[in-house]
Amino acid sequence: MYAFNEGAIPVVDPTSADGVYSLLWLVVALPLAGAAILLVGGRYTDKWGHLLGTLLPIGSFVISLLLFADLLGRDDGDRQIKQHVFDWIQTGHLDVGMDLLYDPLSALFLLLVTGVGSLIHVYSIGYMAHDPRRRRFFGYLNLFVASMLMLVLSENFLGLFLGWEGVGLASYLLIGFWQHKPSAAAAAKKAFVINRVGDMGMSTAIMMLFVTFGSTSFTVISANAAGASETKLTILGFLLLLGACAKSAQFPLQAWLLDAMEGPTPVSALIHAATMVTAGVYLIVRSNFIFELAPDAQTAVVVIALISILWGAAIGCAKDDIKKGLAGSTMSQIGYMMLGAGLGAAGYAFAIFHLLTHGFFKANMFLGAGSVMHGMNDDVDMRHYGALRKMMPVTFLTFAMGYLAIIGFPGFSGFWSKDKIIETALADNWLVGICALLGAGITGFYMTRMMLMTFFGEKRWEREVHPHESPSVMTIPLIVLAALSVLGGVMLAGDWIQDFLAPVVGAGAHDDPPLPALAITTIAVLVVATGVAIAWMLFGRQQVPRTAPQDVSFVTRAAREELYGNQINDGLVVNPSRRLIGGLLLVDKHVVDGTFTGGPLALGDLGGFLRRAQNGFVRTYALSLLGGALLVVLALLAVNLA
Amino acid sequence: MNDLPWLTVLWALPLVGALVTAFLPKAPGSVLPKQAGLVFSLLTLAVGIAIAVQYDTGDGMQFTETHTWIEAFGVHYALGVDGLSLLLILMTVALVPLVLVAAWNEADDRSPAAFVAWALALESFSLAVFAATDVFLFYVVFEATLIPAYFLIGRFGRAGRGYAALKFLMYQLGGGLVLLAAVIGLYVVSSDAGTPSYLLGDLQQLDIGTDTQRWLFVGFMIAFAIKAPLFPVHTWLADTTEKATPGTSVLLVCVLDKIGTYGMLRFCLGLFPEASQWATPVVVAIALVSIVYGAFVAIGQDDILRLIGLTSLSHFGFITLGIFAFTSQGGTGAILYMVNHGVATAALFLIAGYLIRRKGTSLISQITGVESKAPVLAGLFLVAGLATLGLPGLSQFVSEILVLISAFDYHWWVGAIAVTGIVLAAVYVLWLYQRTMTGPTAPGDEALTDLNRRELVAVVPLMLALVFFGFYPMPLLDVSNPTVDSLLQHVGVSDDAPTVADHAEEGTH
Repeated sequence: MYAFNEGAIPVVDPTSADGVYSLLWLVVALPLAGAAILLVGGRYTDKWGHLLGTLLPIGSFVISLLLFADLLGRDDGDRQIKQHVFDWIQTGHLDVGMDLLYDPLSALFLLLVTGVGSLIHVYSIGYMAHDPRRRRFFGYLNLFVASMLMLVLSENFLGLFLGWEGVGLASYLLIGFWQHKPSAAAAAKKAFVINRVGDMGMSTAIMMLFVTFGSTSFTVISANAAGASETKLTILGFLLLLGACAKSAQFPLQAWLLDAMEGPTPVSALIHAATMVTAGVYLIVRSNFIFELAPDAQTAVVVIALISILWGAAIGCAKDDIKKGLAGSTMSQIGYMMLGAGLGAAGYAFAIFHLLTHGFFKANMFLGAGSVMHGMNDDVDMRHYGALRKMMPVTFLTFAMGYLAIIGFPGFSGFWSKDKIIETALADNWLVGICALLGAGITGFYMTRMMLMTFFGEKRWEREVHPHESPSVMTIPLIVLAALSVLGGVMLAGDWIQDFLAPVVGAGAHDDPPLPALAITTIAVLVVATGVAIAWMLFGRQQVPRTAPQDVSFVTRAAREELYGNQINDGLVVNPSRRLIGGLLLVDKHVVDGTFTGGPLALGDLGGFLRRAQNGFVRTYALSLLGGALLVVLALLAVNLA
Repeated sequence: MNDLPWLTVLWALPLVGALVTAFLPKAPGSVLPKQAGLVFSLLTLAVGIAIAVQYDTGDGMQFTETHTWIEAFGVHYALGVDGLSLLLILMTVALVPLVLVAAWNEADDRSPAAFVAWALALESFSLAVFAATDVFLFYVVFEATLIPAYFLIGRFGRAGRGYAALKFLMYQLGGGLVLLAAVIGLYVVSSDAGTPSYLLGDLQQLDIGTDTQRWLFVGFMIAFAIKAPLFPVHTWLADTTEKATPGTSVLLVCVLDKIGTYGMLRFCLGLFPEASQWATPVVVAIALVSIVYGAFVAIGQDDILRLIGLTSLSHFGFITLGIFAFTSQGGTGAILYMVNHGVATAALFLIAGYLIRRKGTSLISQITGVESKAPVLAGLFLVAGLATLGLPGLSQFVSEILVLISAFDYHWWVGAIAVTGIVLAAVYVLWLYQRTMTGPTAPGDEALTDLNRRELVAVVPLMLALVFFGFYPMPLLDVSNPTVDSLLQHVGVSDDAPTVADHAEEGTH
């Protein structure tokens, strides 16, 4: 066992890369090269672009496996490896290298990003087969994978920010992939701009880190964090949390995620469910050396997480659009991860555990939703589905595995990961724990609703729709992800994941929960069962109308409107800004320009004068210049003689 | 070889080119003047590269040439380059040939020879500005740049260009007049101290009294604030960029305006270090207002060229902020910002020019769905826009984060206000892109063509520079760092140590 004091905050202290670790840079470089070739090569790469674009992330996955195997063979205390690729920015004290850090945390992310990423590339070969711009799609996907890998591999906050913005760009490009649709273009811009609000937090945190520690490197900051005042660390924590809220679609910066479903479904699976949106959780877990010393910031993380769990779940209950339902669920599930991260050393490992299992089952369900849409002429309205289990058996079965995982059916991956977070939350504070339990119940409700509306009941699709199973290039990734959704819980066996991550996040034992662990698990299962039962009463035993009923309660209306998140943004930020800009334009024209241009009248006169002198215009100008020069010489002479 | 007066050759070459182009026999429709002009600009580029190759990063002012010009006033013909000058010179010599290629047909309805000649003349004087190490010589070429600039705006461009050119000239002459007074004042101080001299090196040795120094500083600063421009003397910028051709706007905003921020570093900080620190709170406030105000006003524009022009107001705010933060990061960030802004904004202007030429309008509200017909045009426009909004991985980010760091170091709330610029930049760039490029193909656009080879040749080098220096800015930093170090030393400030000492480092020492 790694000689590690319980409660101590681990320090980043890597050894330099050699042997198999000298391949580390290739993990990022392969997909980056793919993006460059496909996007610069243009139509010359149309024929084979999607194949190259799939092979390169698979190459990264193979290297990630090699690295992981080697890492497991090392001592616990010797599992941090740094590779210096090149000098990036050096000026004054500031010395930022393009440095990569490979440790247990980034190792798991590498496997998730390249593994799930590769599966989604394979799936996309089929899903995008008929899109004339498929090659470009793969270029963007590769850009995303490279950026995400940079994000989780960087050894300093500036490199992390490079990846952070890179994934934001890829997300922007992919949400707006069908940019001939105005709604897609608007959604893409909205996502980027809201993320920029979070970037203010990230940028300011980077400034403050440099001013405080003279560096942006994890190594330096983790070694010296204890020397900074708690106030500073709390502010840093809040700034990082702002960044995390935007990227991970947490309250109050969640409004972009549902619109982001405008992107092709594989994008929703990879970027807006399995990987990118979890970057905020990564950021907080990675910055544990700051949050552990800033309890107030940790409390803020917990509060944000709880609001997001319930907010996202409420949206999930009301949406008839299958992708938006899943998006609400994503917000809620990331809330669980955030909750784990906010609970400190006791929760970091479980946050990452849930992040991984969620990556499996949510990617699985999104791809399943894509498969359903593929068979339903791209209709996303679940009220037009029904009874699809017979038409799409593979999609149905794999989706069902994801469903059982997310609601926390005993034995499935999500059961283990969510249960651990609820248990830790209850041990921390009973109110937090109850909110987390409530969220689990609602999850049971909305996921059952989705399952019933899509695969069970009467068929509600039109005569001209012919639902069919998707080709095997799409179903094989579904099967792999379904298997992972079932078996992902194995990571918890023998406390493997806690021990594995301990060198990065510390080994924190939580306080004893108020109830025995088994009792908590039983209660959680009962709460979920209640949610499932209510959904069964409403959607399993009754007919689902083809159009959404309008005479619904205020609560349902609010949930359909995403709890008025967009209206709040418009009212508080967008509309006042528009008015401000309108005012500023008037001020600029009349006050500023009016004052400094000396009034249009004077200028008009001058213009008139010059027009009259038009013939000799050039001469006039030359003369006045000469006159000016003469004036200068005279002035100098005058001064000289004085 | 080394006896060659490299810098004189550098600025004389485009001037000769301008004359040759202007006086070549002009058959209607002849491309000869354009070709001649391009050759001269490429030769100038070659000389610029030759200077860069021979430049020794650690060695201060180099390639110096000093000849007495007007002995009675201590005026010299004195040239030299350090890191600051070198980077701006390289940016200038690289941009001019690209502008000529991009604007190949832009002046065909008027006089293409005249356009090329004025552009080369502007290049010549700008290079002389960046190389001058005598304040009087600087003043002369500073004013001389207005002549070609005036004719470029006034003769080529859209309706209303006459008014815009006049407004430009009035503002610049106004600033020049104030500068003149300060230049004369400098002479008074210099001759009071003994032999008068306008050489930078001599002036830096002077011990100028506090009040005098402040007055002179204000004179220089006003001229440079109009040139750069900063709030509230920026309104000429929007009118000028709206009416002038995009090629002219590149020369104005990317090259000529840099004289303002160049002057702040070279003269305000170089000659009046104490007064510069005295004025810092006010200058920082103006810079912050420029950043936020410029971005807000840019968001509200309906003319692409006007919008791009106003984004520069925001960026000049950033550059000024970096200069007056008095840290290595701020100074280096400001110098890099000048170069990177030049590259990114040039790309934006040129591609916007391509677009306007295709659509026949520059009104954002009348352009939509361009991406569907011209994906390369749209894609490159997006890259340039992303550079402008400071996306990491593209070069402007490096300069922006350095300036932000220095701003935070100066005062936390200065950094906090400046950082809002990154959100506003995302809004003006991406909203512009959304309105013009996305959506279904507009009716009448069925025949819209994508970029041709000539148009690509003019912007692809800019794209490569944006990406390359985004990932590997070290060549630029290696050149600018020593200059900033010596400047800060001259000013008498040193970087703050981090608040929390690095224990690990202490342990090893």
